[in-house]
Amino acid sequence: MAQADALTQLKFRDPTRARGLRDALARLVAAAGHAPVSVMHVCGSHEQAIAKFGLRAAFPSDLRVIMGPGCPVCVTDVPEVDEAVALAKQGVRIASYGDMLRVPGTSQSLADAKAEGAEVDVVYSVTQAVELARRHDEEVVFFASGFETTAVATAAVLLDDPPENFSVLSAHKYIPPVMEIVAEMPETKIEGFLAAGHAATITGSQVFEKFVERHGLPVVIAGFEPLDVLAGLVKLLEVIHSGRPRVENAFPRCVTKEGNLQAQRMLWRVFRPTGGRWRGIAHVPNGNLRLRDEYARYDTRRRFTIDASALWEYAPPKLVQQCQCGDIMAGIASPSDCTLFGKECTPDSPVGACMVSAEGTCKIWHQYGGRPDLRSIKRGAA
Amino acid sequence: MSRNPRLIDERITLKYGTGGGAMRALIEQVLARGLGEVGEGGIGLAAMDDGAAIRLGDRFLVIATDSHVVQPIEFPGGDIGRLSICGTVNDLAMMGATEPLALTCSAILEDGFPRRDLERIWDSIRATCDEVGTTIVTGDTKVMGHGELDGLVLNTTGVALTTRVISDAGLRPGDRILVTGTMGDHGLAIMATRNELALDTTLESDVAPVHSLVRRALDVGGDDVVAMKDPTRGGLSSALHEMADKSGVGIVIDETTIPLRDEVRAVGELLGIDPLIAANEGKAVLGLRPARADAVLDAIRSHPLGRNAAIVGECVEERPGFVVLDTGFGSRLLAEPEGELLPRIC
Repeated sequence: MAQADALTQLKFRDPTRARGLRDALARLVAAAGHAPVSVMHVCGSHEQAIAKFGLRAAFPSDLRVIMGPGCPVCVTDVPEVDEAVALAKQGVRIASYGDMLRVPGTSQSLADAKAEGAEVDVVYSVTQAVELARRHDEEVVFFASGFETTAVATAAVLLDDPPENFSVLSAHKYIPPVMEIVAEMPETKIEGFLAAGHAATITGSQVFEKFVERHGLPVVIAGFEPLDVLAGLVKLLEVIHSGRPRVENAFPRCVTKEGNLQAQRMLWRVFRPTGGRWRGIAHVPNGNLRLRDEYARYDTRRRFTIDASALWEYAPPKLVQQCQCGDIMAGIASPSDCTLFGKECTPDSPVGACMVSAEGTCKIWHQYGGRPDLRSIKRGAA
Repeated sequence: MSRNPRLIDERITLKYGTGGGAMRALIEQVLARGLGEVGEGGIGLAAMDDGAAIRLGDRFLVIATDSHVVQPIEFPGGDIGRLSICGTVNDLAMMGATEPLALTCSAILEDGFPRRDLERIWDSIRATCDEVGTTIVTGDTKVMGHGELDGLVLNTTGVALTTRVISDAGLRPGDRILVTGTMGDHGLAIMATRNELALDTTLESDVAPVHSLVRRALDVGGDDVVAMKDPTRGGLSSALHEMADKSGVGIVIDETTIPLRDEVRAVGELLGIDPLIAANEGKAVLGLRPARADAVLDAIRSHPLGRNAAIVGECVEERPGFVVLDTGFGSRLLAEPEGELLPRIC
């Protein structure tokens, strides 16, 4: 199986084909007639591919590819973390994805609560959290994070008659609304968006059509192998250049116009979109996914009285005030603009949420060697 | 070039044992202070090389030591016994000393350790010593209480004589970087046994003594073999960073030329572990002057342990102390391994 996987990957990891796409990018950026050309992607997996394969060093120097709010763990807001921490300290067993444990709340993270003796379990899927509830008589709260892709898995579990002692503290987020917010930020000057291929397998490409109409900004859906990213960017620049903003699907081997209709039905049967703050970004109308009334019995917020006020009498340390996660997630700043990056703030001792999650911009940059500007390296002896 | 200016923490945590910058900081700031002078022409503790070299007339006495805490103690492709012999033999070889005179071995056992397991591991030690052509001439045995240590810890020390010592600091711009085989096999084989995903793989550790392979390279390459390092903990990335840092050069690596088993690549992606930071226990990284690089490559490839050897990069003047990875799509800096990702790998 492993060998077949490796061979399949090769198809999308062919440096020769990449060279052609890079040349096309250079031509399109030059043809734009202004510099720089700025585009945004909204997905940690895209940033992973860009960083891991060193693509930024190969982009034309006048192309800025910015990572926007594409890390669901990073945008989980402080009050949401506080809710989970307060419940854990009340003695309720919490299950969540590993990344969520170290996201800072007002004064504590779930990891801090765990170190003080609270019952906090790391799970790899919502199904594991349900199994946990089946094994224990006590209440098990699943602190749920992730965009619409992950939210479908949570919905599927709630539709499948989970045990009575299981409930969901939803911090699920919905990506399309935050794109509207970022598009309207005057500082960003974004000319087009690269949308996440995996999320679009659920939502379909058509979910972006209204956005394009409203903002006049093109959206291209792209996959996650290096050639997918490059091909997506070429398509995006072509559409920008054409002057006719539209939605294009550069990931047709997985994404359709309608998307996964059954998954969408499950998602919207269980969840409703509601407004809420995304950490560091803004209040995002319809950006949060909360449980519908029909599923109130599984909604942690309605099942428990959560009092997080004890966590609030606390002044954040000075380092936190220097953290630029908000600007980085909004695409206004880069990790290398932050004075803490790689010094006071590392994956070992993160200051901000962007250094915590495997999908956070800072963590990804740190993992792949920091500042990516390597265009000038000369080979051979002097 | 001080890439690790930070001070070490109040408590020594697992990250100080993973072979990266944190461990180097610990050695510099605590363990090596005021120790390790070996006199004119030798290599002492401050060099933080694979071993020490003390001048004796026109030759050098090379000493290397290694402790082994691997978990599990028996793993696909080897066990802690074979590992403890190879670890020290390979460290000696990396200094240019490819004929070990003798080894010592100290064992610390946990109360209740099964005699049959111990006998099996000592069979493996004997077999590996025979393979190398050396033996254990002295040792020490201690037993600690149940729960005070996990099973078995081994330490070996080796001595050998050589006329030419090779450090890990001899690189200059233009030199080629050679790896003697596939990268990451040991680390990923161990991680695959441990991970709770319960992977069913055919991954095997590469644990093997590389002294005869290195001898062949030195016979062909002579003075043009200018630096050597075994990429154990922290893998190729750690070895290259140390070599670049100590030599004051940058190293550019062509990622597509690095030999990797398909299964190592696949399991690495699955576990999120880059094979370039995963340990090897039967490989070496060599720095070669360009003139003899191809000849050394041919010689290494003719050795059974070197069939997959490749020249994977070269040294540059820019970015001293850093390693640039040319991915074929673009380039990025190779990150140094940090944190406690891979504890007790060797």
